[in-house]
Amino acid sequence: MYTFQGYKRENGKYGARNLVAVIPSVICANDVGQAICRQVQGTIGYFHHQGCCQLPLDLKRVTDVLSNLGQSPNVGAALVVSLGCEGTDHERIVEEIRASGKPVEIIRIQELGGTSRAIQAGIDAAQRLVLQISGQQRVTADISELVMSIKCGASDTTSGMASNCVIGYVADKLVDLGATVVFGETTEFLGGEHILARRAVGGENGPVGRRIYQIVDEMEKRAMSIGEDMRGGQPTPGNIAGGLSSIEEKSLGAIVKSGHRPIQGVLDYCERVDGQKGLWIKDAPGREPEILTGMAATGAQCMMFSTGRGAPQGFPSMPVIKICGNPNTYERMQHDMDLNAGRIILGEKSIEEVGEEAFALLLEVLSGRMTKNEALGYYGSMDIFCLGPVI
Amino acid sequence: MALALKVDEKDNVATVFENGIVSGMTVTVRDKAGRSEDIKVIGDVPYGHKIAVKDIEAGAPVIKYGESIGAASRDIARGEYVHVHNMVAMRGRGDLAEG
Repeated sequence: MYTFQGYKRENGKYGARNLVAVIPSVICANDVGQAICRQVQGTIGYFHHQGCCQLPLDLKRVTDVLSNLGQSPNVGAALVVSLGCEGTDHERIVEEIRASGKPVEIIRIQELGGTSRAIQAGIDAAQRLVLQISGQQRVTADISELVMSIKCGASDTTSGMASNCVIGYVADKLVDLGATVVFGETTEFLGGEHILARRAVGGENGPVGRRIYQIVDEMEKRAMSIGEDMRGGQPTPGNIAGGLSSIEEKSLGAIVKSGHRPIQGVLDYCERVDGQKGLWIKDAPGREPEILTGMAATGAQCMMFSTGRGAPQGFPSMPVIKICGNPNTYERMQHDMDLNAGRIILGEKSIEEVGEEAFALLLEVLSGRMTKNEALGYYGSMDIFCLGPVI
Repeated sequence: MALALKVDEKDNVATVFENGIVSGMTVTVRDKAGRSEDIKVIGDVPYGHKIAVKDIEAGAPVIKYGESIGAASRDIARGEYVHVHNMVAMRGRGDLAEG
């Protein structure tokens, strides 16, 4: 039996971190939120760029994502920073976070009389929340309480042959232990979607299999609707320099990280997994800020992130474990990379051996050990994936 | 001897994991079953890039992981460096009439 030490939440979930989340309901509230975070220890901010002058479906989406981020297990309490005239439903964000059993407060910049007064009120509120939750102790949680997200970024050809294989090994092991694993990057299913659809519960022609083809088709049509060749943007120039010649090659290497277990279903970008076990797909694009936000909003306590070229960034409230497939990159970027899967390429270690190291590291990180990006404070960027234009 | 790895039996390319491979050098291509063959490289191949392990005709699929990763844009000889200069992606091509 495998366990980790987590913070038990009112709703029965277990957090790997115990943070006070500062949540601006709109981009225009970010500066106030940043001032609060600079002053108060134990806070993190979700400094996104959305929340006003968007179509109703996107405003609902932004509200849903911010609410789900506030409810995520790694967040112990939340402070919503509202401007007052934004398009998002900041009152619903507060209500839903409160209903999940977490302490939550809100400050309204226009109502309080502007920036300096809002910053003062926000610092007071954030300090209260930090003092309220900071004494909570970790308790033992079974590994089946884990929702792990997986992702690859700044990939090269070692990703699909080493680091993604390691993550696939861990994903299979977690699914077998009754945990939840979520992967995404729909763009990087292109060319490999038939392999994923055949792994769907109910088969390629069942509802889940058909949905996998549908989300890939929608993503491909969206890219092609501009009338351009996707090769200008995917694979990225870095991918190409790393030896990846086409989106198909990138995709076939990327899906290796999902392991071999059946795919239970497809989650929309804003959707949470609540008690759903096994392997799931999150319909999200590949770019880091948007997919990491989507994964944290899903309820993931941790992310395992495979890279070849060396992607350093993390996420405000979710530790990101970097598994590096390229031994040369690991050598150069040891301060950013948590585990060297390049030893597989060199023939020094097997996928299973490095997979077990990655699994052991995961349990430590869930129990409080910092990832390298956390220790460096490299976790500021995030954003919310919207569908419509800014209007 | 420099090493190149072939992922699947059906693959017609292998990935070279060695720095400083230039035209005329020989690499050992190994597959999952542990079989290996020596191939003379045509072109300078950076770390992590691919070479053909068979002749590939223009228009024929380039195979890695046992699946198509695109099509040869011209005839490719056994041992030749394979990348965006002689193969093309076939997906997400909004520039192609039929999509």
